[in-house]
Amino acid sequence: MIPLHGAGRERTTRPAAEAEDLAAVPDAGEAEHESDRERRLADFTAFLRRRIAGDYRVDEFGFDEDLTDHVLMPPFRALYEKWFRVETIGMHNIPAEGGALLVANHSGTLPLDAVMTAYAVRNEHPAQRHLRMLGADLVFRTPVLGALARKSGQTLACNPDAERLLRSGELVGVWPEGFKGVGKPFKDRYKLQRFGRGGFVSAALNTGVPIVPCSIVGAEEIYPMIGDVKALARLFGFPYFPVTPFFPLLGPLGAVPLPSKWYIEFGEPIRTDVHGEHAADDPMLVFNLTDQVRETVQQTLYRLLTQRKNVFLG
Amino acid sequence: MAPEVVLVTGVSRFLGGHLAARFAADPNVERVLGVDTVPPSRDLLRRMGRAEFVRADIRNPLIAKIISGAGVDTVVHASVTANPPGPTGRTAMKEMNVIGTMQLLAACQKSPRVRKLVVKSTSAVYGSSSRDPAVFTEDMGPKDLPSSGYAKDAVEVEGYVRGFGRRRPDVAVTTLRFTNFIGPRIDTVLTRYFALPVVPTVLGYDARVQLLHSEDALAVLERAATHDLPGVFNVGGDGVLLLSQAIRRAGRLVLPVPSQAVPTVGRLFRGARLVDFSPDQMRFLNWGRVVDTTLLKREFGFTPRWTTQQAFDDYVSGRGLRPLVDPERVAAVERGVLDVAARFR
Repeated sequence: MIPLHGAGRERTTRPAAEAEDLAAVPDAGEAEHESDRERRLADFTAFLRRRIAGDYRVDEFGFDEDLTDHVLMPPFRALYEKWFRVETIGMHNIPAEGGALLVANHSGTLPLDAVMTAYAVRNEHPAQRHLRMLGADLVFRTPVLGALARKSGQTLACNPDAERLLRSGELVGVWPEGFKGVGKPFKDRYKLQRFGRGGFVSAALNTGVPIVPCSIVGAEEIYPMIGDVKALARLFGFPYFPVTPFFPLLGPLGAVPLPSKWYIEFGEPIRTDVHGEHAADDPMLVFNLTDQVRETVQQTLYRLLTQRKNVFLG
Repeated sequence: MAPEVVLVTGVSRFLGGHLAARFAADPNVERVLGVDTVPPSRDLLRRMGRAEFVRADIRNPLIAKIISGAGVDTVVHASVTANPPGPTGRTAMKEMNVIGTMQLLAACQKSPRVRKLVVKSTSAVYGSSSRDPAVFTEDMGPKDLPSSGYAKDAVEVEGYVRGFGRRRPDVAVTTLRFTNFIGPRIDTVLTRYFALPVVPTVLGYDARVQLLHSEDALAVLERAATHDLPGVFNVGGDGVLLLSQAIRRAGRLVLPVPSQAVPTVGRLFRGARLVDFSPDQMRFLNWGRVVDTTLLKREFGFTPRWTTQQAFDDYVSGRGLRPLVDPERVAAVERGVLDVAARFR
């Protein structure tokens, strides 16, 4: 397991030791190394057999756990560990079981922050939970992407779906800023946008689950958006068409994210089961809770930013 | 409580016919009438036993005479269908579904002895789009009203049924929104679709499919007719299969077709009399549909015996579908690979 450092910056200076404990290969002789490789091969062939026979389970949202763990998650490992060197803080604030709503800031032109958060929760939380994320309907309308999003456990950001997931005891992730957050210009970095209309708060109130504020630092710098070509965005039906220092100038090379150093901090859970029944029908309470969550995330971002000395080195 | 005289529509089809057979086997039911425009097959007629087949068109006012003449107290309207009977089918199907229902409801309203109405509807009334919640509950409606086909028929039928319920509050009206049926014996668009050796799907989409075993469907219809359970209920098996997964379970090959080419391919299959998909069923192949069955279990008091996966497997084994890729072969290849790996240790 990777130890969680509050401000563990010395870790990046010893890459050899890090690579070893990340690969989780016990360093005890050639024979064990061999049998480990065989076990992995057997695991992989068994996976292939299950896929060919259709012998796996998919939940009512279309979440395919088998595929997510074997195919969709592993490619992000290098990005998570080597490229962004993500450090998580306060992982213990995510409950080990039962429903909880994780609310995070959104940034980075492409929603890599959501992917990295899901990876972190799956691989670093002691209970290895799956983060069930709520996505915009644009995602589900898009061929291939929509199908993959469902298979990776995402579903449409709407109250019925959110409450159904929370009631069945899932950990749900939501990025209430939506496109306003992920597609904001670089000069507005780390300035939270409006937090939707508080739909996520009413979902939490209706189901009585805690809200875990989550602050992500580092994602703002991966694709610094310095321009937005509105005409092209309209043409393709995108919410924005980003111009970064490298895209579209360098073509596909411009799609390589900058290797900023990331911190993901999970804040103290905010209880929602203390407001009594029909609390979601009180708009003032919903507004106040929304503001409280937004302020918590914003203040944590400022604190993390003052502690950060360099965008790329942390 | 138990019905005395039952009238079942659509008895030449699987559900109507087998339902009539179940009532005929029930000693508490005094008399069973089965109505359809075409006679059931000989085998089905034999199964129906003492049930009387009446060749009548429910679009004709004659149906009122049958209902009042026989003193029918329970009407099971099972003839609303998604499967057009022939190549000319779709207009005729709409006539039968919508006008037939109107006429039948008019006849029921006139007959004071009718005290129970069971309507076989469909979960297609929820539509199918990317903007829908993942799971539909009974109180939800479609994002955009279906513009054609079976789904539109069903929405209109349900509208007339609600109207009837308002005018005859003494009649217990049960509307059952079924997911797609599957089973070894029933013949639907889906059962024909999965039996194709190479199954076309829409490229880039993978629908969530919820199925109901045909025997469960019969049991639900029977329970609705023999108990007082008014209301609207979703009916579907537990669990979900992805379309691609179902095709693999049937041992078929998936042929992803770009969505631009889907109408052409659809016409091709219709022309070859293989599978006749309507546009709303095509949309279903894109996004699929899952319904919540909490009400069915809690208030209606019925839990389907087959899950979606079990029902599908029963269909595959019951139809004797031979997988194109033999699972034994796959397992053998897997063992071979592992053996080789062990030897190179």
